[in-house]
Amino acid sequence: MKSMKKTMIGALAGAALMGVSMAQAASLNGAGATFPYPIYSKWFYEYNKSKGVQINYQSIGSGGGIQQLTNGTVDFGASDAPMTDEQISKVKGGVIHFPTVAGAVALAYNVPGVESGLKLSSSVLADIYMGVVTKWNDPEIADLNPGVNLPDLNITVAHRSDGSGTTNIFTNYLTKVSSKWASSVGFATSVKWPVGVGGKGNEGVAGLISQVPGTIGYVELAYAIKNKLPYATMKNKSGHYVEPTIASTTAAAAGALKTMPSDFRVMITNAAGADAYPICGFTWLLVHPSYNSDTGKTVTDFLHWYLSEGEGMAKDLYYAPLPESLVSKVEKKIEMIKY
Amino acid sequence: MSLPLEVSNSGRAEKALPLFLRLTQAGFGDRLFKKITALFAFLILFLAGLTAFTLWRASIPCIQKMGWSFLNTGDWDPVREMFGSVPFVYGTIVSSFLALLIATPFGLGISLFLTELAPKKMREPVAFLVETLAAIPSVVYGLWGIFLLAPFMRVHVDPILIKSGLPIFKGPSTGLSLFTAGVILSIMILPTITAISREVFEAVPNSYRESAKALGATSWETIQLAVMKPSKVGILGAVMLALGRALGETMAVTMVIGNKPEVSGNLLDPSHSMASVIANEFSEAVGDIHISALAEIGLLLMTITLVLNIVAHLLVWATTSKFQR
Repeated sequence: MKSMKKTMIGALAGAALMGVSMAQAASLNGAGATFPYPIYSKWFYEYNKSKGVQINYQSIGSGGGIQQLTNGTVDFGASDAPMTDEQISKVKGGVIHFPTVAGAVALAYNVPGVESGLKLSSSVLADIYMGVVTKWNDPEIADLNPGVNLPDLNITVAHRSDGSGTTNIFTNYLTKVSSKWASSVGFATSVKWPVGVGGKGNEGVAGLISQVPGTIGYVELAYAIKNKLPYATMKNKSGHYVEPTIASTTAAAAGALKTMPSDFRVMITNAAGADAYPICGFTWLLVHPSYNSDTGKTVTDFLHWYLSEGEGMAKDLYYAPLPESLVSKVEKKIEMIKY
Repeated sequence: MSLPLEVSNSGRAEKALPLFLRLTQAGFGDRLFKKITALFAFLILFLAGLTAFTLWRASIPCIQKMGWSFLNTGDWDPVREMFGSVPFVYGTIVSSFLALLIATPFGLGISLFLTELAPKKMREPVAFLVETLAAIPSVVYGLWGIFLLAPFMRVHVDPILIKSGLPIFKGPSTGLSLFTAGVILSIMILPTITAISREVFEAVPNSYRESAKALGATSWETIQLAVMKPSKVGILGAVMLALGRALGETMAVTMVIGNKPEVSGNLLDPSHSMASVIANEFSEAVGDIHISALAEIGLLLMTITLVLNIVAHLLVWATTSKFQR
């Protein structure tokens, strides 16, 4: 009896030792963007189920993620905006960007009498957000929407009041398509808005849109769909009107592929391609180029896993998976991680 | 022979006793208790000091870049890294004072009714309900504000105010405004004012009321002379505590104030507040100066709260000393 116990303990200890020598960190710590949190938590849950590795992720915002990565308190960060050269230079060992999924920013509206299918172009959108176009029956809007009965109603412009990756994507688009916007406002996670009211979070903006007739605002596509808000069809770079969907977002990522820098730090707004929705962006995992061997193995294993297994889970949560052509490029990047 | 022995005996006993006594007698425990509680009290001072110091250190980059213009300009542009705090200070102070203006008469009315006029059976349940308002999380107030109060203000209240023609109420209104923020804050601080002033009114000796009545005073005169007048300081204290809560309120305000950093004399225009801008922008702020500017807003909010509290205490002190004379 006693000896049996001993052997069992021995076996257990042996197994434990083997587990350690097989050599993966049992857990990883990450922090950053809130926008991809739903898909990331799904990935980390599924990854834990199949590989037994716990990944803790604090969705504290991109800024916080970059800060924690810089301070070395987490194994990886996550951000909705690519890091600047200056930010990267502060991170010991450097940073590699891994795009994970793309998201679309929809322009939701509440215009009595226009239940769906409002069409907008980049110049009209910029004029609305600059406060130049102030009425829904303005000829600029009416010209794009023949046959639609637009009311004589003030436009209430809604935007995010909190700093967000969504704002970064949206203002980046306006900066690309309007020189006036570029010179007077620019793009960032928070900007100085020429007009409008701010709502906190997607839910705040969605709340404004549904409560105040005449409001237009930008929200993550998932929010517009879940709140059943009508959203505008946007005229893209090649002159087609495209609805924000998961497919048109992936198309934008594919359209931006040709001009994509090798480090993937790119905003894919106003992308080329007939089916590309113009207002969308990537979100990135921020990873060091070198790790100690255990952590390095786990990090690279997870990166392989999300590209092969994880991407397929994106659609259910209204994120757009990376186009096939990009996945293979990103896959190659994993080799750069030394451990 | 025996005498010296006794003396020496008692001397020994006195020497031996004090240590034992010091440990067991109430005196030692009292002193220890005093020291421990003093330590707790100083810990609070230390923490407040540490908070101020940390905020100051974090705001150095912004202080160096913006200097005094942080305090006297109103440009808030994270892209160009220009930061001025005026619209936030304005929004915080105006919305808080609006809240006081609305909540003070209501709060005092409720507590006068409860202590002086209401039937005994009604007092406890009503007081309980009012005080329950204080237990509702502020984010719940915020959601209620954006889905119910703001549309209600836009459709029913604001048009009447606009019709009044006063220059501080000009349309068109979206329901998200400095005024709506003041209204939601007034609901949130109502329980503070009610609870404290109720305690204060209850503390007024009944003999005061009886004397007033005996002199032929009506109910209203009794309340005025025998209840309100001796309670002045307490009422002021209640109002100041409520002001403290209003100044620091974040979530509920940010949901209904419209978050537009602009100084406008029109109360129906969207505005912004100090606590809101920190909560809104801190998590995604990436520029060093931007983060530092938010820390400086925090420092400023702490300073303003401190100054207002000191002013309040001076007021209380001034009223009490006059009263005693």
